Amino acid sequence: MKTHHDVKVTVDSKKWFYNDIIKEHFFNPKNFFKGETEAKEYEKTASGVGQVGSPACGDMMKMWIKVDRKNDVIKECKWQTFGCASAIGSTSMLSIMVTEKGGMKIEDALKIKPQDIADRLEGLPQRKFHCSVLGDKALRYAINDYFKRSNQNARVTIEGAKIIDKILKITDKDIEEAVLEGATTLEDVQKKTKVGIHDKSCIPEVEQLIRFYQEKYFS
Amino acid sequence: MNKKIYYLDNAATTPVDQRVVDAMLPYFNENYGNPGSMHSKGLEGQIALDDSREKIAKILGCTPEEIIFTGSGTESINMAIKGVTHFLKTKMKKGNHIITQKSEHHAVLDTCEFLEKEGYEVTYLEVDRYGLINLDDLKKAFRKETTLVSIMYVNNEIGTVQPIKEIAQICKENKVLFHTDACQASGYMDINVKNLGVDLLSLNGSKVYGPKGIGLLYIRKGIMLTPLIHGGGQERRLRSGTENIPSIVGFAKALEIAEKEKKSESERLTKLSKKLTDGILTTIPKAFLNGHPTKRVPNNVNISVLDVEGEAILLHLDEEGICISTGSACTSKTLDPSHVILATGLPYEAAHGSLRFTLGRTTTEEVIDKILNVLPRVVKEMRDLSPVNLNAKDFKEYLSEENKKISLDMEVSRRYGK
Repeated sequence: MKTHHDVKVTVDSKKWFYNDIIKEHFFNPKNFFKGETEAKEYEKTASGVGQVGSPACGDMMKMWIKVDRKNDVIKECKWQTFGCASAIGSTSMLSIMVTEKGGMKIEDALKIKPQDIADRLEGLPQRKFHCSVLGDKALRYAINDYFKRSNQNARVTIEGAKIIDKILKITDKDIEEAVLEGATTLEDVQKKTKVGIHDKSCIPEVEQLIRFYQEKYFS
Repeated sequence: MNKKIYYLDNAATTPVDQRVVDAMLPYFNENYGNPGSMHSKGLEGQIALDDSREKIAKILGCTPEEIIFTGSGTESINMAIKGVTHFLKTKMKKGNHIITQKSEHHAVLDTCEFLEKEGYEVTYLEVDRYGLINLDDLKKAFRKETTLVSIMYVNNEIGTVQPIKEIAQICKENKVLFHTDACQASGYMDINVKNLGVDLLSLNGSKVYGPKGIGLLYIRKGIMLTPLIHGGGQERRLRSGTENIPSIVGFAKALEIAEKEKKSESERLTKLSKKLTDGILTTIPKAFLNGHPTKRVPNNVNISVLDVEGEAILLHLDEEGICISTGSACTSKTLDPSHVILATGLPYEAAHGSLRFTLGRTTTEEVIDKILNVLPRVVKEMRDLSPVNLNAKDFKEYLSEENKKISLDMEVSRRYGK
């Protein structure tokens, strides 16, 4: 039992399916938009917008950011999420991470990994890990959108990665990361990323990549 | 702090009825004998076993010898499907083809998938938008190799009732054995095997206010099968292992009570289900009933709510003490939404937002009022948070006024026992 610094709750994970930090973010989400009107109004002055997932997949996230261009810092981060408690909790936590302490440098925000979000939430259930993957991806799309809108095209990151799953926009990097975190089979990787659940055509390629990264790092 | 619980997940499991608990208690540490022992303590166990089997046989309309006790509904189903098909294939040199349907419980589907890997062939019949199989499809599916048909009586997710008598008749005409998973039917439907005409029937205790970890398989006299569990030769050598006497006694008591209260309980729950369905559909926009409007068990209300995800709704309701279940992928191990909802042809986005309320003995008018008071607010909150706004036109066949009228006129099945 201890108190977490982001949310004033006592951590006692045995009482609920998720731990109390996720529970707090789920029942009292931070920085979200209430309703479509509010979001549309905000979008007019937002620096960038990013969206990932689809209702058919069971998760969809949309993220809006406002950037202090002079300091290259994210000042505001707003979001809407269709998904389960861990998806809502991850997005809420991510929005805090990039705006706390006066805002996060864009270059640092681009480095946020799903594991970083899960760590701040003090752990997500194994099969819910993919929910945090979508959050950081939505953020990167929003930042890229900001780069394009502000004529900084040179900074647009083409991820250095190839999209494997066309629906969820899962890249080879995501698969690499899953393998690095200990996934050894297609099922393991799916638990972490949800790759190929909807875009089944990519499964052979995913299996090939798993073998490739397995050999690269562990053989 | 103990919050008040509104339990609406009776298709997952039911609380054990106090009368059942009372009946079971002596068999833990008073009459604890093993029926296999020849002394007086063993005899007590044997008497309880025979007595329970006779009571259940009376309810099912069969002889006591036709009932085999197992450890669960799942075990009964495994025993029926693997046991019969294996015996007929290896001992009788019959074929290797099984017919079932896509919205079965995983106990059936995964067993069939296992058998496919072992060289059996399985036909999975399609279901229509209400979850019903087409009897003509069934007739066409028979091959000379077909040895077993397994079709569930009542669907555990959407409550649809299959035409079991008709299916049994078709199987008889084709000289193929018919097994039905009746686990969700026992509290509300006729489970007399003679009336139904089935060859094998699976039941369990935990859905009828009986204990968990007890099931049975009715096997019509003359049907041979390979046992799953070998050992001391209990249950006519078909299911070895010391008989679970407390649970068997409890199971018999639970079925007796269910049989006695079937009619009144069905009528009571029909009214409450109707009130719940009407209440939800008139207060929550972009929501519709899953399953059949009339051919359904009286305790099942399954609703799809568009633009929201089921797990989030479930957890918000849980915070209010309301326990339900959802077909959302987020609560499944496979990351796919409910195979039952998908089998009815509903798109993925609507399956993720499906909510199952299964009513039971503890459900009163007050419970329904509580849900109708809380659910619209929770749905609105989650919709406010959601970037999804599906076009109602894409779901017009489900959302039409006419479809709501069907639900409003919903006359839940009256086909409980005679």
